[in-house]
Amino acid sequence: MSSRRSRSRQSEAVSGISDDQIADLVSKLQRLIPEIRNRRSDKASASKVLQETCNYIRSLHREVDDLSERLSQLLADSDSEQAAIIRSLLM
Amino acid sequence: MFCGFQMKNPQRSPTNPGSVRSRFTQVFLQSLLRIRKHSPASSSSSSSLGEFLKRCHRVKVAAYVSMARAAGTRRAWSRAMLWRVRHDAHRHRLLQGRCSRSSSRERSPGKKKRRTKKKKKRRDDQEHGFGNAEKLQKLVPGGEAMDFSCLLDETAHYIKCLVTQVKVMRSIADFYSL
Repeated sequence: MSSRRSRSRQSEAVSGISDDQIADLVSKLQRLIPEIRNRRSDKASASKVLQETCNYIRSLHREVDDLSERLSQLLADSDSEQAAIIRSLLM
Repeated sequence: MFCGFQMKNPQRSPTNPGSVRSRFTQVFLQSLLRIRKHSPASSSSSSSLGEFLKRCHRVKVAAYVSMARAAGTRRAWSRAMLWRVRHDAHRHRLLQGRCSRSSSRERSPGKKKRRTKKKKKRRDDQEHGFGNAEKLQKLVPGGEAMDFSCLLDETAHYIKCLVTQVKVMRSIADFYSL
């Protein structure tokens, strides 16, 4: 029969998203990642985009860890004057 | 408002320019003050390695929770993040033996995530992701229950929020270390 039609209908029925929309999402993701963006290549393969996305998210998690460590240290060290400044900014 | 924390590029924010950023900043600063108030007076550094690690963990969790709250519950990743933190805190209390009677409450269907068929996911992986989608699913909160297109969409928003979170945390740390 028309296997192509049944396959596309199946994918449409289950996901409701066409391949074009997935390509759009992949390119949108690509624009967010500095690694790929700086290399000025318009077409990166989807698997490369996903790979770079994973690396980027991991590096962001590491930055959050480092910054939490730094902030935790500063919370311990700072005197009450800076806390009062922060508090007054929040009012 | 927070003159010290105004950033140059508002177009990175997902909804209104600056709203996620300023909501996150406000909630996170309040959490930091609360953590500082409740942490013991750390006069000597010798006693407080455990305390330091505990506080460090609290700061990190506060950062992620503040960002999930600022992002709102319309996003699957922020809902999943808040659910996970609440679930981990609950399990932590159970392990510490504080509330033993609420073990029955833990089994309640708090999971609002959708389940996708594995067959379709494998086909999508082979067409688009070649298995990298699985790694991404583990990194994005709630990712394991998302289909491929949803995962991509949520990932984009998650990355934008993470970048905002890192920027704000860095500027707070710079401000504090003046």
